Amino acid sequence: MKVAGTTGLIMNEPLLWEKSKKGRCGISIPESDVPSAPLDAEFEGEGPDFPDLSEVDVVRHFTRLSQWNFGVDTGMYPLGSCTMKYNPKINEKIAAMPGFAGAHPMLPPELSQGTLQLMYELEGFLNEITGMDATTLQPAAGAHGELTAMLLFYAYHKSKGEKRSKILIPDTAHGTNPASATLCGYESIPLESGEDGILTVERVAELMDEDTAGIMVTNPNTLGLFEENIKKIAEIVHDKGGLVYCDGANMNAVMGVVKMGAIGIDAIHLNLHKTFSTPHGGGGPGSGPVCVKKHLEPFLPVPRVTKDGDRYVFQYDRPDSIGKIHAFYGNYGIQIRAYSYILTMGQDLKRASQYAVLSANYIKEKLKDVLHLPYDRPCMHECVFTDKNQEPYKITTLDMAKRLIDYGFHPPTIYFPLVVHGSIMIEPTDTEPKENLDQFIEAFRSIAREAAENPDLLREAPTVPKVRRLDEATAARKPVLCGVN
Amino acid sequence: MRYLPHTSEDVAEMLQAVGAQSLDDLFSTIPKDCRFTGDLNLPPAMTEWDLTNHMAELAGRMAAWPECKVFVGAGSYSHNIPASVPYLLSRSEFSTAYTPYQPEISQGTLQAIFEYQTLASRLLGMEVANASMYDGASALAEALLMAIRIARGKKTTVAVSKLIHPMYRQVVRTYFDPTDYKIVELDYLPDGSTDLSAVEGMDDLAAVAVQSPNFFGCVENIQAVSDAAHRHKALSVIGFTEPLAYGLFKSPGSQGADIACGEGQSLGIPQSYGGPGLGMFTALQKYVRSMPGRLIGQTTDKDGERGFVLTLATREQHIRREKATSNICSNQGLCATMTTMYMASLGGTGIRKVARLNRDKAEYMKSELKKAGLEIPFERPTFNEFVVKFPEGYESTYQKLIDRQIVAGIPLECHYPELADHYLLCVTETHSKADIDALVKEVTA
Amino acid sequence: MAKEISELTLQDDVRYTEDHEWARKEGGAVKIGISDYAQDQLGDIVFVELPEVDSELEKGDEFGTVESTKAVSELYMPLGGKVVAVNEALADDPEQVNKDPYSGGWMVEIEPSDPAEFDAMMDKDAYLEMLKGL
Repeated sequence: MKVAGTTGLIMNEPLLWEKSKKGRCGISIPESDVPSAPLDAEFEGEGPDFPDLSEVDVVRHFTRLSQWNFGVDTGMYPLGSCTMKYNPKINEKIAAMPGFAGAHPMLPPELSQGTLQLMYELEGFLNEITGMDATTLQPAAGAHGELTAMLLFYAYHKSKGEKRSKILIPDTAHGTNPASATLCGYESIPLESGEDGILTVERVAELMDEDTAGIMVTNPNTLGLFEENIKKIAEIVHDKGGLVYCDGANMNAVMGVVKMGAIGIDAIHLNLHKTFSTPHGGGGPGSGPVCVKKHLEPFLPVPRVTKDGDRYVFQYDRPDSIGKIHAFYGNYGIQIRAYSYILTMGQDLKRASQYAVLSANYIKEKLKDVLHLPYDRPCMHECVFTDKNQEPYKITTLDMAKRLIDYGFHPPTIYFPLVVHGSIMIEPTDTEPKENLDQFIEAFRSIAREAAENPDLLREAPTVPKVRRLDEATAARKPVLCGVN
Repeated sequence: MRYLPHTSEDVAEMLQAVGAQSLDDLFSTIPKDCRFTGDLNLPPAMTEWDLTNHMAELAGRMAAWPECKVFVGAGSYSHNIPASVPYLLSRSEFSTAYTPYQPEISQGTLQAIFEYQTLASRLLGMEVANASMYDGASALAEALLMAIRIARGKKTTVAVSKLIHPMYRQVVRTYFDPTDYKIVELDYLPDGSTDLSAVEGMDDLAAVAVQSPNFFGCVENIQAVSDAAHRHKALSVIGFTEPLAYGLFKSPGSQGADIACGEGQSLGIPQSYGGPGLGMFTALQKYVRSMPGRLIGQTTDKDGERGFVLTLATREQHIRREKATSNICSNQGLCATMTTMYMASLGGTGIRKVARLNRDKAEYMKSELKKAGLEIPFERPTFNEFVVKFPEGYESTYQKLIDRQIVAGIPLECHYPELADHYLLCVTETHSKADIDALVKEVTA
Repeated sequence: MAKEISELTLQDDVRYTEDHEWARKEGGAVKIGISDYAQDQLGDIVFVELPEVDSELEKGDEFGTVESTKAVSELYMPLGGKVVAVNEALADDPEQVNKDPYSGGWMVEIEPSDPAEFDAMMDKDAYLEMLKGL
């Protein structure tokens, strides 16, 4: 097959300080128009040893670095559980408008009606999409949202005069969940899913008790399956006085299809950098709003945006609030982009979910004869395979992932979820054209053939990128985390 | 819809391949009583042009420079950002990538963050920086939790200066609420620095935390804080909201800090109504295994070429799960990249100049206000912000100025009830002498 | 890719546990480490966390962790006793556990509190049978 990737002229580039020349400067600095103020030697430092570079040096440096990267704008990025959909360009332009980008967070309300209105309306949109009653935009990322939700659970139980010590976490939940629960002092109780990859009512009933704060369900779960028993499970948890949290990282599968508020969820976090198309920036910033039902609203972080007639204001006086989890109002610049996306999509949000699910099922059907499919049933927005069929050739998931790079694709998520050995988790998203899906399928089929016929091609992969497989063991044994001149 | 590429023909072919009759059919595993069958109550989809107009209208109701004169810092600073920085950052190979899980095709992000870790360490005089936290406030909360972790839970009290940003302290309280750990707040002295006397004799102390420059803009005696902490076998945690100050002032690392953490927004990141900014987190190397967050390390590839990878990942949530050093996953990577571009543009020569300019402008404004008869109550040295005591009744002048889009500082009374009529003002290199003179005239009129 | 069972080195002079630790009598003391199977499954070992000397530990207690680049595994005492020495060399050279699991890669040395616990451990043949059943 003709591969999507090719080689091009990629430039080498040293580290910043390796190209420094004392006295250069890459920024225009105004001349001082005020007298110089003396500073006591007791306080004056030497100043940091930063490299001195011209503007051209800086621009070349980062342009070359950027060319060593693969992004959604480069090609298909089917990284399961990360929803790497297209990031609309208009949203970038809007977030950079001086009124937004130049806004100080402590502007008085009369000078910040625009940002307040946007927050107020975005909260409303997210309430509508999730079927919940109130939303906080303050959490800066998904895991921060999880933590916020756990703090809300803690505060809720405390308001009832209780301090519960445990929380149920399914084996198909996101990896961050146990760490978030620990920060709130909850012991994570592992909850295994049933044979078909979803939670059973019986197991939840066995484990749920009055010392358990609730359950953290990822729905759809990390196997890409909808938790069909969620309503019954929620009932059991509620009967014991517990609360149901939904990790909404996979919301891209069910917008306009399922309202979480109607199926027993008390709190859900959303990843604006997944479902709502904001760019992930090579690691962040994200944004992880938490939407809750009425009974958790009093505990939401301060300030809350409220509307007083035609005027938007911040409300701080909320005695039951958990307090603050961000210095200001969260990653506002990301909120702008998600708001713009929702306004652009309107009813088409449902179609986005439908296409995301269609594409995942399409890949699943087209690859299941060459890759082992542990749960052969309709999936949601992602499908999970394993490397079992390649075991006889001593080829692992990692080898296949690396070989995909040579074909011009970003590999899927690998070795997650942990519940499946050697897992390969593919999430094509709603924005990938069918031709690319077909090419990806063809590439994977070709790799499966190579695994049998010429496995060394896979073990040596990738060969196309700027660097080859890296020595991660030495990096961890003898960590070099800071450069020297 | 321009983001959704499938034609009806594509959809039909794909449905046939998966054996479904319709798009709705794809959701057959979702029980009927879990399905939502109505239409979402959202505004009708907007065109790009309508959206732009709507957003411009919202943005137009914001007070933005230069029409509006804002003399406020308090955790968010206006600085000149060279055009090259946002331009470079808009390279979508940076912005549309995920976390660099596949290092062979993420070397751009990885090298940039390694450079960030290096420059952040140098700025703060520390040995190792992580790849970022959410913001200055969560970085501080995580630093204090880390100090307790290093004390292996045997010491569970942290002493926190009242001159740390009030909102940061609020975040720390929220993080600490479900734990049994104790927070003791340290009062301040008449000169505008932290009173360390309450620390003496505390035997359960895991950390002493101050901010420098502190919320009053005053530079703390970091060495004294470190000494007090170390006398109690506790960690010295130095926070900040304005790291540019370390272009001029002595770094935390040169004064005994074990952890230096804070907000990096002022290093080239737009204010954006408070986020996204950058939680900077640095420490001594010996504490690296207790650190939260991602780390990038240098290594070599199969052919011996230099390259970079995510490393020491076993500290993190996806591996160590409930025993992880933090639950952080997504961080503020792109903001760290932006800061690296800014720090590289400034260079050692440039940061010194810009830092000096900030201090000179603030000192000029201070002296002009003094000349006009106003009181500068705290005498510790300051960087680019400071407290002014106005005569009783200044509040009405302050409000009138707001009506004219001039924000002359922020009142301190809501956070420090004893400081009625005290305002915190900030000037940076973005304010000209004329701006300062005009403001002085207005507030003393 | 993991070794076949036939490729594993299994020493005769040590006893094994179901968690893949080994223990060897050396005079009155007992040295403890992890088996070739364990190191092979873990892959490149990058860090070993060991207990403080003089710690008193019981059979089954966690005595440390061993880290590869992508996993952390707990280490459990095959028998109880007081730690008299730990292998300090692993701090700088954790790969010894990969290269030489039964000798240079030893982890702790203890004074056993109940010698019967040693005798109850699996010998090579029993351990091999167990591995075949995995």
